[in-house]
Amino acid sequence: MSARDAADRRDAEELSGLARRARRRLLRMHYECRIGQLGGNLSAIDTLIALHHRVMDPQDKFILSKGHAAGALYVTLWSLGVLSEADLDTFHADGTRLAGHPVPGWSGYIPVATGSLGHGFPAALGMALARQLQSEPGRIFCLTSDGEWQEGSMWEALIFWAHRKLRNVTVLIDQNGWQGFGSTREVAGLQDLGSRIESFGVQAVRVDGHDHEAIAAVARANPGTVILLDTVKGKGVSFLENRMESHYLPLSAEQYAAALLEVERP
Amino acid sequence: MRRAFCDAMVELAANQRYFFLTGDLGFMALEPLRKVLGPRFINAGVAEQNMVSVAAGMAAVGGKSWVYSIAPFCYARPFEQIRNDVCLNRLPVRLVGNGGGYAYGAMGATHHALEDYGALLTLPAMRVYVPAFDTDVEPMVRTIAGREAPAYLRLGRSELEDESAAPPYAAWRRLQEGGAGVVVAVGPIAGDLWSATRARPLAGRPAIWVVSELEGDGRAIAPPAALLGELASAPVLGIVEEHVAHGGFAQQFLHFLALSGRSVRRVVHAHALGYPSGRYGSQQWHRKECGLDVAAILGRLAARAAT
Repeated sequence: MSARDAADRRDAEELSGLARRARRRLLRMHYECRIGQLGGNLSAIDTLIALHHRVMDPQDKFILSKGHAAGALYVTLWSLGVLSEADLDTFHADGTRLAGHPVPGWSGYIPVATGSLGHGFPAALGMALARQLQSEPGRIFCLTSDGEWQEGSMWEALIFWAHRKLRNVTVLIDQNGWQGFGSTREVAGLQDLGSRIESFGVQAVRVDGHDHEAIAAVARANPGTVILLDTVKGKGVSFLENRMESHYLPLSAEQYAAALLEVERP
Repeated sequence: MRRAFCDAMVELAANQRYFFLTGDLGFMALEPLRKVLGPRFINAGVAEQNMVSVAAGMAAVGGKSWVYSIAPFCYARPFEQIRNDVCLNRLPVRLVGNGGGYAYGAMGATHHALEDYGALLTLPAMRVYVPAFDTDVEPMVRTIAGREAPAYLRLGRSELEDESAAPPYAAWRRLQEGGAGVVVAVGPIAGDLWSATRARPLAGRPAIWVVSELEGDGRAIAPPAALLGELASAPVLGIVEEHVAHGGFAQQFLHFLALSGRSVRRVVHAHALGYPSGRYGSQQWHRKECGLDVAAILGRLAARAAT
């Protein structure tokens, strides 16, 4: 094994270790305040970890357009040392800033409040356009859900992006295939989203949304594109995987204990 | 007022942080602004939701973004974007809606904005600006530019016969004294009333005040002491606005008076009624149908004062 290969392997192991710790903390945080919504958090968390630990520079901005994955964002910020244990303990509590969907005005890591779908993507384009027109550095990363692409504003934004050819923005789609009351295929026939997006004039690349190194490599190498993340809703906890109820239901004590055991496995 | 608005914006264009987004509107009006702004003039196309979110994103990284459309497309279609992306984040996005009230006349109901400021004033940090005269627009644009907060500018058409008579801009202004009650009007309709009554003897005309800045939480609503003094002895208070009653200025103003322990003896509220007959016409035609024309307003004031 070359020195480079060894270093790459060390990095990959470190990243999976970070993601494991983040998953564990996410489960605890949601369990302790009896909040469900784990499915879309577990599908997104590997991307959040990869972006924040391997891709983004300090001047870059991240927008969580799928605001319902706020828990995954908070534990990612915790993994960076931006949020403390005590901060996470306030999740969903009275008087918290760590609401179920990101609220504004308290952290540069949350540049805009999100939660209503179809807002973060166009806001990301605005940031990117302002920076491009001002010749300012810094890229914008935006994570959307797949069901979110049923919002008309996403397609308005896509037209705008294709026309402006902004290269300092990257939009990632957490394609876990599930939404609030059915699969994306059942509800809106949203399969083959990449071709639809490319038909508007924006390139789309596809990657395993749970392979940290692959996500990081694709995000670094493809500015100005959509990255389609093949993900699994509830990833890492077998009884949550690909189950619609993982969008809502909190874990019981038994489920929590079983989930912790599962996410410990490398 | 579009011309005055464009001229005022051209003055700001030297600041490289200004961005102007239009929802594909401004033909024969905004070309000078497009010329001076260059790439910072952005025709965002017929996509108002995207336009407002993009403007919010620009403001989130230090930009000073202005968003322009005709009034209904500016506030109604992208209302959630204004609420979430602009106001919840308290970002300095300035919305400019051309043609408030029935200004687009026979273009039809979809092009009218009868509930714009009532809806927007429910949002945090939002302040609404309604110029009464062409000469208000330039100082108003400077005022808006100087306040790093969400704003909505409702443009109309000056209705003053002699524009040179317009007093210097202020949030509250007394246009004339009078003995036949006190009228407080929002925006250009004040000029119509003033033009029609200014030649009358003092005792036979109402005092006219115009209010041009509104804020939802009541802070900006506090009227000047002189107006409150006049109200204490006025036989009737008339409130005139080209906006529906619900959420309009009258409700705010009377709420303020009630909470501050003041009472007025008689009130007339002239406001938009929508489309009572289901027929459409010019701005003046719609006003008349709603009793927002000068003759109807003065008639109601006199009748109410006599009760």
